[in-house]
Amino acid sequence: MSWIDIGALDDIPARGARVVKTVHGCVAVFRTGADEVFALENACPHKAGPLAEGIVHGKAVTCPLHNWVISLETGLAQDADEGQVSTYPAKVEGGRILLDAHRLKARTAA
Amino acid sequence: MKEKLVVIGAGMASGRMLEELFKLSPDAYDVTLFGAEPRGNYNRIMLSPVLSGEKTYDEIVTHDAEWYATHNVTCRFGEAVTGIDRARKVVVTAAGETPYDKLVIATGSAPFIIPVEGKDLPGVITYRDLDDTNAMITAAEKGGKAVVIGGGLLGLEAAAGLKERGMHVTVLHLMGHVMERQLDESAGFLLRRDLEKRGIKVMCRASTAAILGKDRVEGVLLEDNIGVEADLVVMAVGIRPETRLANNAGLEVARGIEVNAQMQTSDPDIFAVGECVEFDGHLFGLVAPLYDQAKVLAQTLVGSPAAFVVKELSTKLKVTGCDLFSAGDFADADGREDIVFRDPARGVYKRLVLQDDQIVGAVMYGDTADSNWFFGLIRDGEDISEMRDTLIFGPSFQGGSPQDPMAAVAALPPDAEICGCNGICKGEIVEAIENGATDLSAVRAVTKASGSCGTCTGLVEQVLAVTLGDDFVIPAAQPMCGCTDMTHEDVRRLIKSQELKSMPAVWQELGWKTSCGCHVCRPALNFYLLADWPLDYQDDPQSRFVNERKHANIQKDGTFSVVPRMWGGITNPDELRAIADAAEKYNVPTVKVTGGQRIDLLGVKGEDLPYIWADLNKAGLVSGHAYSKGLRTVKTCVGTDHCRFGTQDSTGLGIKLEKVLWGSWTPHKLKLAVSGCPRNCAEATCKDIGVVCVDSGYQIGIGGAAGMDVKETELLCQVDTEEEAIEVVMAVTQAYREGGKYLDRIYKWMAKVGLDWIRATVVDDLDSRRALVERFELSQSIYRKDPWAEHARDKAEIYAPLANLTLEAAE
Ligand code: SRM
Ligand SMILES: Cc1cc2nc3c(=O)[nH]c(=O)nc-3n(C[C@H](O)[C@H](O)[C@H](O)COP(=O)(O)OP(=O)(O)OC[C@H]3O[C@@H](n4cnc5c(N)ncnc54)[C@H](O)[C@@H]3O)c2cc1C
Ligand code: SF4
Ligand code: FES
Repeated sequence: MSWIDIGALDDIPARGARVVKTVHGCVAVFRTGADEVFALENACPHKAGPLAEGIVHGKAVTCPLHNWVISLETGLAQDADEGQVSTYPAKVEGGRILLDAHRLKARTAA
Repeated sequence: MKEKLVVIGAGMASGRMLEELFKLSPDAYDVTLFGAEPRGNYNRIMLSPVLSGEKTYDEIVTHDAEWYATHNVTCRFGEAVTGIDRARKVVVTAAGETPYDKLVIATGSAPFIIPVEGKDLPGVITYRDLDDTNAMITAAEKGGKAVVIGGGLLGLEAAAGLKERGMHVTVLHLMGHVMERQLDESAGFLLRRDLEKRGIKVMCRASTAAILGKDRVEGVLLEDNIGVEADLVVMAVGIRPETRLANNAGLEVARGIEVNAQMQTSDPDIFAVGECVEFDGHLFGLVAPLYDQAKVLAQTLVGSPAAFVVKELSTKLKVTGCDLFSAGDFADADGREDIVFRDPARGVYKRLVLQDDQIVGAVMYGDTADSNWFFGLIRDGEDISEMRDTLIFGPSFQGGSPQDPMAAVAALPPDAEICGCNGICKGEIVEAIENGATDLSAVRAVTKASGSCGTCTGLVEQVLAVTLGDDFVIPAAQPMCGCTDMTHEDVRRLIKSQELKSMPAVWQELGWKTSCGCHVCRPALNFYLLADWPLDYQDDPQSRFVNERKHANIQKDGTFSVVPRMWGGITNPDELRAIADAAEKYNVPTVKVTGGQRIDLLGVKGEDLPYIWADLNKAGLVSGHAYSKGLRTVKTCVGTDHCRFGTQDSTGLGIKLEKVLWGSWTPHKLKLAVSGCPRNCAEATCKDIGVVCVDSGYQIGIGGAAGMDVKETELLCQVDTEEEAIEVVMAVTQAYREGGKYLDRIYKWMAKVGLDWIRATVVDDLDSRRALVERFELSQSIYRKDPWAEHARDKAEIYAPLANLTLEAAE
């Protein structure tokens, strides 16, 4: 893995998200109420809604367009809905958020 | 030949007595039932829910024509007995004489009337029967002011009912605190505060000197020369046993008709039951002991041995939201000790009075969940020395069992009383369930538990759940979401009463099942908290739907629409130019005139938002909140400025309203319109709040909508001036903010609280209107500002990507 620093944890509000632009589109980086971070493809499996704009609760986000609930850990749609978005390795070290550059570049293949 | 049984009085005691009698021996007697009221037996204690509008008379009838027919009861309703001739064994009525072999006197009690000047004026009533209740309901229809004399159980239920029906209510109470017979001072204080919170004025140490008025009541004069205006006076100062017949017949009467433990009077063929009796120095004012008497008397009448014993009683008040419980003796005395628990913030107070290691009295206010358990300990004289340290925390803390209401009910012994009115214990309910009564109505039919005042319904359901296990699901009101079992209404009430001022406080105190809520409850909680605590609570953007968090409407492709405010639909060349420039500069694909009289720029990229806002701000354009559960638009027509029919300056008033209301958050969106005449070109009659100008002033209607439901407004009031119109609109908006369920528009809120209540609160009661306006202004001191300017200035970076890796990846 090649971790790259994409910003400070405090740049994202608790229970919020920001996007990271890549050549293949946007990745949503989430921060939970317990200060964990997760990175997911910013396109809902339903109709590509921008997940970064959703409400974050527990370890899940509710899509802003039609309220599908997506697990931040697995990218799987919850409850009766079916679908999955790609997830990317992410971690916090010394208050900085690190993503795996390798995986981000190889995104289409993932 | 069957013996003749004559019963005088068709009240709660005689009704129960006849039931018990027919159960024991259906054909023992030929029964004739006299009742002074022109109707049969009904559940008198439910008159308070009838008064408040929660129940109808039909729902509280206990015995109907069919029942009397089935049991061959000769009904003589509307016929008062005027005399008893013991020598000839007949009772006398206006219609003649009726012979008896056995006679039962069940005449109940009569309300006590204080012997002051004016007591007989029209408009002065007591509170005892259905006629009194109907008289109050009719009086309340005209609105106005009611004075209730007496702050006991009956007086307070009357006061709450009249308030519920929209009257201004003052309670005059002679003693230092309300319900002093059942409550100590601390609990009395909490009750008074809760009553005052719902707008009932309470004056203690108020001694009535006279009732004033010429042709009908106009007011009450107190001993210290203070006058209180009144269109209606309800006297609820106490009752005394109705003993006149017994007295005249020469039976032994003390304060009540004297009976022995078999309910027999001094004449062996005459019995008495109910509130009219005195037994062993005791008088009675609650139904539980009367039901015991009824059972004993029925047995006496069929010749079975039975004896009435006086048991410990407990009291509850049937006013929704005032939870109190009292039992036993709680006066200070030598050798008595207190255990007191207070939680001032929650308005909870519990006090146990101990003597010789037993609880002899209990008073609770605000949290009465454990009251049955304590009542059991009092009644059984249980030794509590072992658990004294944790006693006050209730059954869940004894022996380390978890704090679960179901566990508490499961732990109750079979002889624990569940239904106080009917004296039904847990064991009887369990037995009924085991015999096949598997839902509430079946249990009620078999045991009568929860069939009287109904306050134990929840407990009975819990017994059902504990006994049936998974086969019974407590029919809960719709909870807010999966994170809690509480309804919106419960949560909102608790946020206020427990003074919960942050999201974590709500999760913690109300036992949220998830770590931090979900997308359903968080936006609702955020609204309730900021509406109830505008100064203390910090709005939480992360609990808002994206539109409100980003102050723009999200589109299906993830772009946003931008709608600047056009006050009252008025714009000018500068604004239009700024909009045109912005549209060009940010490549806005669609510019559209909205249905709300302004212009929508659709398809703006999220990261451009702060910049387009800054540009629009420069021309004086601010957020139109086209995305908010808050004030949207105030549509207007041209009115007197240009129109040949215009009666008032509808455009001007619309602009003033929009300037006053903008930025305010409400349970759902709030749309207004002002039309200059009844031709109604601004479509004011299908808005949440609509003003139609007429020659003589301004007609304010509320509860319109034209979305999924189409609703016409209903007229709230007509006022003379613009100032008053603005004040009423602010007040009704605030009342809606304070009471509305999240995502209910005004018409839904109105269906719940009633237009009459709204009118009384925001139109008729000027003090209440002013207080609402003040609270609205207080909240607006925080929220009446442009979020676009704020975000463009301080938060632009959060609209931009956190990082841009496109360059790196291209390498
Ligand atoms: C822009 C506009 C349509 C237009 O092009 O004219 C519009 C657009 C939307 N309306 Fe509307 N409504 C617009 C006027 C209306 C009107 C007409 C009016 O206000 O006079 C109505 C019916 C009147 C009423 O509300 O009673 C209306 C009834 C609704 C409803 C149904 C509300 C209801 O209680 O049944 C919704 C859904 C909701 O709010 O839950 C809704 C929701 C929406 C949303 C916000 C849907 C959404 O959540 O994305 C639309 C945003 C579109 C977008 O992408 O920006 N819109 N909407 C109008 C903006 C007015 C403004 O200037 O602010
Ligand atoms: C508004 C209200 C709320 C109450 N709430 C509660 C509560 O929550 N809990 C509780 O335990 N108790 C409550 N009570 C008290 C309870 O209703 C009484 O204890 C109970 O009704 C008394 O029963 P009774 O049969 O003795 O008298 P009643 O029910 O009063 O019946 C007596 C009947 O006899 C009739 N009568 C009198 N004289 C004659 C005559 N000469 N000829 C023919 N008929 C005659 C009367 O018209 C009356 O209908 C409440 C009472 C009221 C008024
Ligand atoms: S409602 Fe119509 S007719 Fe009346 S003033 Fe407005 S524009 Fe003129
Ligand atoms: S696009 Fe996410 S729920 Fe429809």
